[in-house]
Amino acid sequence: MNASILAAGILTIATMAMAETPVLTVLTYDSFTAEWGPGPAIEKAFEAECGCDLKFVTAGDGAAVLARLKLEGTRSDADVVLGLDTNLTADAAATGLFAPHGQTVATNLPVAFNDPLFLPFDWGWFAFVYDKAKVPTPPKSFEDLAASSLKIVIEDPRSSTPGLGLLMWVKAAYGDRAPEIWAALADNIVTVTPGWSEAYGLFLNGEADMVLSYTTSPAYHLIAEKDDSKAAAAFDEGNYLQIEVAGKLASSPHQELADKFLAFMLTESFQGAIPETNWMYPAVTPKDGLPKGFETLVIPSKSLLLPANEAQALRAPSIEEWRAALAR
Amino acid sequence: MARRAGPVTRAGRAVALGVAALTLGTLLAVLLRAETASFGPADWSALRFTVLAALTAATLSVGLAVPASRALTRRRFPGRGLVITLMGAPFLLPVVVAVLGLLAVFGRSGLINRTFEVLGLSPVSIYGPHGVILGLVFFNFPLAVRMVLSGWQAIPAERLRLAAALGFGPDAVFRHLELPMLRQTLPGAFVAIFLVCLTSFAIPLTLGGGPRATTLELGIYQALRFDYDLGRAALLAAAQFALCAVAVGLAARLALPTRFGAGLDRQVERWDTRGWVLRLQDSVVLMLSCGFLMLPLAMIALRGVEGLPEMPASVWPAALRSVLVALVSTALCMAATVTLCAAISAGPAARWIETAGMLPLAASSLVLGTGLFILVHPFASPERLALPVTALVNAAMAMPYALRLILPAHREVEAAFGRLSDSLALTGLARLRWLILPRLRPVIGFASGVVAALSMGDLGVIALFANESQATLPLVVQQLMGAYRMPAAAGASLLLVGLSFALFWICDRGGRRHAAS
Repeated sequence: MNASILAAGILTIATMAMAETPVLTVLTYDSFTAEWGPGPAIEKAFEAECGCDLKFVTAGDGAAVLARLKLEGTRSDADVVLGLDTNLTADAAATGLFAPHGQTVATNLPVAFNDPLFLPFDWGWFAFVYDKAKVPTPPKSFEDLAASSLKIVIEDPRSSTPGLGLLMWVKAAYGDRAPEIWAALADNIVTVTPGWSEAYGLFLNGEADMVLSYTTSPAYHLIAEKDDSKAAAAFDEGNYLQIEVAGKLASSPHQELADKFLAFMLTESFQGAIPETNWMYPAVTPKDGLPKGFETLVIPSKSLLLPANEAQALRAPSIEEWRAALAR
Repeated sequence: MARRAGPVTRAGRAVALGVAALTLGTLLAVLLRAETASFGPADWSALRFTVLAALTAATLSVGLAVPASRALTRRRFPGRGLVITLMGAPFLLPVVVAVLGLLAVFGRSGLINRTFEVLGLSPVSIYGPHGVILGLVFFNFPLAVRMVLSGWQAIPAERLRLAAALGFGPDAVFRHLELPMLRQTLPGAFVAIFLVCLTSFAIPLTLGGGPRATTLELGIYQALRFDYDLGRAALLAAAQFALCAVAVGLAARLALPTRFGAGLDRQVERWDTRGWVLRLQDSVVLMLSCGFLMLPLAMIALRGVEGLPEMPASVWPAALRSVLVALVSTALCMAATVTLCAAISAGPAARWIETAGMLPLAASSLVLGTGLFILVHPFASPERLALPVTALVNAAMAMPYALRLILPAHREVEAAFGRLSDSLALTGLARLRWLILPRLRPVIGFASGVVAALSMGDLGVIALFANESQATLPLVVQQLMGAYRMPAAAGASLLLVGLSFALFWICDRGGRRHAAS
């Protein structure tokens, strides 16, 4: 127990020493701040120019971040929330906890995105990832996929953000025909996992031919593992977008600093870290372009995205449709 | 039986109240923050599936554990100790890791299907209700074996000698000695496993092949993480507690105390099981059980070894934190459990105290964590309390296992030596020191091992409280998997399993050091 007393002592002294420098607290998902995530580089770069201490507080994933914020309410210590996606923003806006960011920034998003409360920091297309050797002719649409004998692993929309993204993808592409598509896909689905990591792990272990992930997933294998065997399929009906956003909280006592951080978020030092740590497209392309390897990725011909309010309203009925179609 | 209703019972009641406050109190905290609560048709079907899957898995685990543990008691063979120790491994594994290990054997491109392919047989699919049962049995069968094995070892050698002297065959030994022991041990083991299965969700969902295999716990996860429907989460959690109370109550009615009396702790020898039919039967049972458990473990180890060099530096401080948390929660849990056992044996309100001790098994760690968060947040920053809270919650969550293991042995000791100790006025701490602890040493060692290992592997509430500088090893494994780093995650999982196992082994050995055998 001596160690913890000592640690508490050091912590107190450290806190006293930093009492003059303001602390900006950012609530985000935990893979953002991991040793191999974008967090460490971003913290260093921002602290070098803000004269402040940047502190990350984490929750499991985007949905967990929002749940945590709702639990904390106006008592939250966080100044900025980073890592919600467009399926969650309507819900987040409805809490009334966010303040307008008041910034206009030119981004490279494939769709127009203007939200007074949230600024995008990265994005990607959902796609089915496969092994080129095992799937020589990938399907070109959901109907193609359903007609094939390919086996897929997907994530549960009730417990994971990619799973919810897939649900919205089918809804955006097929509208009222969604239940029919799900029923046709039922015999292709090997299993439904609680989250992305289980699904991707199953795919890498050869349990399925394709897995629901992102068009940028093959870049990880190519750049980090020097393995060019993976590819993602672009669908003719379009691929659904995931846009990750950040916003500042109205309850924050550091409004100016929070604004500074949001502006910093769309500069080179932040954006340059994104491609090879978060494995997504940065919202502002770095001036040297994307890292080598990203040019090999498939670019879908069409981008789908439901407006935030619509996505929120469709969530419950779509989950029910999905459950009914697959439970048969 | 109302002897010594003094300090022991009071301490036991205090522990029981504390556990009840932690489990039901946090549920109440969640409920009080809720606006509405409703139980939809999807929830009813989840309830049905959960109960059916848990019943089947518990029946199979306990049913299969009887021949397996019987074979382990009756036979002596090289590596027997190792087999018994390895029996502890599956339920120490992080769920995701165990599922990947199972799939490496039973999956679409697993060992079995590849063998089938070579033999020209059509492949079998693990995904579906049978896969759910397989996964749950993989986790819980070894635990059941260890619980029943303790029962078998508790039959005093003198009774078996007497049986041999009277010329009892295997059938007569079963009827007069083994059956009463099983009636005492099985209900408790069944309830423990039923409750573990009740609160699982990653195994049923992943191996179940889709939304048909939805459990109540998934509903809780969805309600808390996605819908922020605190009322629904609290309702579902309350349903789990209700099932827990019913199961514990039924088991208490079914369980009969044995009346073996005391023995002198001689080495147990069996005279009734030397026939070749029984030998063959035991060998087959042992080989099948070991194959079922060891193959997936071997696959996990193989993958893990490849991944060891890929591990990032952050696994080491995380490993240290995990070990410290495990040690603290083990100490807490053992102190609390022995107190509970003493209070239960002492008589008054035994049923209530025992039920309180079993409550954490039915608790959803997510509801518990959320409830604690709601309670703590107004007063202190949750990150500051992350590790103490985790140690406390892990201790509470592991208590039912410790209770199930220690309580039967404690009852035996009280039945055999209670009156003698009473007449010697050996009460309170003195009784603990001179009677209970020496007699219970082996089972306390084993239970500490289980608790330490469970605490190592459990994600519990840490995910809700910790920030990046406080991650425990299971959290790091999860983060690695979430960042495409599957080989590194496999390596870190192996490290986790290795450490859990080492803790388990040290505690278990420590308990057995002075034992006769």
